[in-house]
Amino acid sequence: MAATAPSLIWLAVVLPLAGFVVNATLAFVRPGARTVVSVVGVGVLVGAFAFSAAACAALAGAPDAAPIVFRYWTWMPVGDLQVDVALRLDHLSAVMLLVVTGVGSLIHVFSVGYMREDPGYARYFAYLNLFVFFMLLLVLGANFPVMFVGWEGVGLCSYLLIGFWFGEKVNADAGKKAFIVNRIGDCGFLVAMFLIFRHTGSLDFAEVFARAPGLLAAGGATVTAITLFLFLGCTGKSAQIPLYTWLPDAMQGPTPVSALIHAATMVTAGVYLVARCGILFALAPASQAVVAMTGAVTALFAATIALKQWDIKRVLAYSTVSQLGYMFVGVGTGAAAAGIFHLTTHAFFKALLFLGSGSVIHAMHHAYHATHAHEDAQDMRNMGGLRHHLPWTAALMWIATLAIAGVPPLAGFFSKDEILTAAFARGAHDPLWYGIWALGLAAALLTAFYMTRLMLYTFHGPNRTGEPQRAHLHEAPWVMTGPLVLLGALTVLGGLINVPPLLHGGAWLHEWLAPVTAGATALLPAGHLSHTIEWVLVLAAVLVAAAGIVGAVVLLKPGALVPARQAVPETGLGRLLWKKWYVDELYDAIIVRPLAWLSRRVLWETIDVRVVDGLGVNGSARVARAAGWLGSRLQTGQVGVYVAVFVVGVLAILTAALR
Amino acid sequence: MLLGPALVVSAVLFTLGVAGVLLRRNAIVIFMCVELMLNAVNLTFVALAQRIGVAGHVFVFFVMAVAAAEAAVGLAIILAVFRHRESVDLRDIDLLKG
Repeated sequence: MAATAPSLIWLAVVLPLAGFVVNATLAFVRPGARTVVSVVGVGVLVGAFAFSAAACAALAGAPDAAPIVFRYWTWMPVGDLQVDVALRLDHLSAVMLLVVTGVGSLIHVFSVGYMREDPGYARYFAYLNLFVFFMLLLVLGANFPVMFVGWEGVGLCSYLLIGFWFGEKVNADAGKKAFIVNRIGDCGFLVAMFLIFRHTGSLDFAEVFARAPGLLAAGGATVTAITLFLFLGCTGKSAQIPLYTWLPDAMQGPTPVSALIHAATMVTAGVYLVARCGILFALAPASQAVVAMTGAVTALFAATIALKQWDIKRVLAYSTVSQLGYMFVGVGTGAAAAGIFHLTTHAFFKALLFLGSGSVIHAMHHAYHATHAHEDAQDMRNMGGLRHHLPWTAALMWIATLAIAGVPPLAGFFSKDEILTAAFARGAHDPLWYGIWALGLAAALLTAFYMTRLMLYTFHGPNRTGEPQRAHLHEAPWVMTGPLVLLGALTVLGGLINVPPLLHGGAWLHEWLAPVTAGATALLPAGHLSHTIEWVLVLAAVLVAAAGIVGAVVLLKPGALVPARQAVPETGLGRLLWKKWYVDELYDAIIVRPLAWLSRRVLWETIDVRVVDGLGVNGSARVARAAGWLGSRLQTGQVGVYVAVFVVGVLAILTAALR
Repeated sequence: MLLGPALVVSAVLFTLGVAGVLLRRNAIVIFMCVELMLNAVNLTFVALAQRIGVAGHVFVFFVMAVAAAEAAVGLAIILAVFRHRESVDLRDIDLLKG
């Protein structure tokens, strides 16, 4: 069995696709068949997880560490370009595979409860299954084009699910924004693929990475351009500066979607891509600095915005952007294992936070719905004191909060610490990395602060939901709390997969990823820190986390909050943060509006209406009509005129002939 | 023998015919002017027959035959136009005006 398990990996990919086909058909034929939809929708994911786990177990038991590549058929045989539809199971894709199918399964189960009363139930699961199919294609693709298909596919599903409740314009707009912003990044990915093929003659991962060190000059312009274009793709998909603005708006989708696509899996695709192309990035130190610096700045920038958001999901969205920045610091530093480690632990605790917020919103929504009130169910100013009503959710979200803040021994502590340590270690070669480390540490302080703020305002202090609503606040059914408990366990234990040697751990994930990262690590300068410095760094991280949490508890007064309806607008710096540094307004002013103006006034009203329609289409018709009018003037209908012309003509011909 | 004066007469007749067609408005008159031109040409043929032989005489008969047929058709058309429009003034008949 173990020997054949990897060869069945295609089933893990095809099962969600089959689930999509069945659910999409049901969505048209019988939208009310909730039981069938639930069984199919969740079943295919659990099946995919089982196949993935079996394949990964077989990979772990394999005698050599070579990646297992399956070629199914030739897709694009064009001259030198040979692209196969091929899947590649190696130690990196195995981690992603388990995260996607594992966390994905839990979120699918949660969705059964969360979406129970939605009329688009079958359509929802169809989209969700399709998303998992494309995500697995992205993760398992053995060459850039197959990965790109997955990359585009998850973007499509993201668009469909953000605009899932498309009846409201704001949701449809958010979907469009996500799609268009991602296109900018995808353009960079495409250019990078063209460059890679031009300079290495292949698009297959194995061949490109084997040839790259020989064909591309280390630190040269070519490899720097390739990696920067790849990173442009990552900034779109993984919501980094300057293309991060779509992710907070993506919270218009159903909350489990935010958990699965916009926190745990899809948005980490950029991190996976950088880790996958680690050799290329190792050849371009300038690009690595750009990646890590962008990540660090994004981490801090997004954290400042999260400080002043009132929508519970928006806080988490900016937190996701911030944590993705951390992952890019990790993979940018060349510590791919650290980046992937944080990706994994983040998938656990951020999925938990999102599903927890989903549970809160579910309760709030029901309370307002039952009492026919029209208040914002996601505004933290309308919450407060919910720990009495949702004890399980409150406890589990506290675990996730401590984890994301970096409190030992929870998952986030190990992964965040490893990233910061790696950045610090590289500072010995270039002081720039000390700056990146400092930015990361500052972001950690803010992370601890805004997450504690979220918890205090949501679950503590007096309840602000409203007197009649309070009786309707209930904990979610077991189908929703069950996945929360499992994710809580993963959040507590997830860090143990990579305990550093400093704490007498085996750094298991590090060893596991070594076959994939070895090539890149060999190209990078070795950074070694003494145990003393490492202990100081750990202590600094823990102190910063503690400072953030204690600071929030001391400074914030949940009792002084008033419900959203009676709140007075902020002023000064608070308003600046609440308005997200006016970045959306800035983009609107310098990009969207000039573009809209150019399109409307120049391209449409001038070039299209005046030139194409006016000169081209109507103009040629007008010329023909004028010529016809002139010609018709000759036709007087008077026989005399005809004869006169005839006579003149005959005389002219005769004169010419007789001359 | 008298070739020159005959050609001059036929030229004068032909020019009169052309002038009539160009200047007159009555369809019947124009028709008669056309006949005049045909006969001017006939005169030319006959006059030139003494130089080029009997072919000139033969051609005159052809022209007469065609002129007879043309007269029949042409008068019929003029008659039909008159029945339709109560007029044979060509200024009134401009159906082909663009």
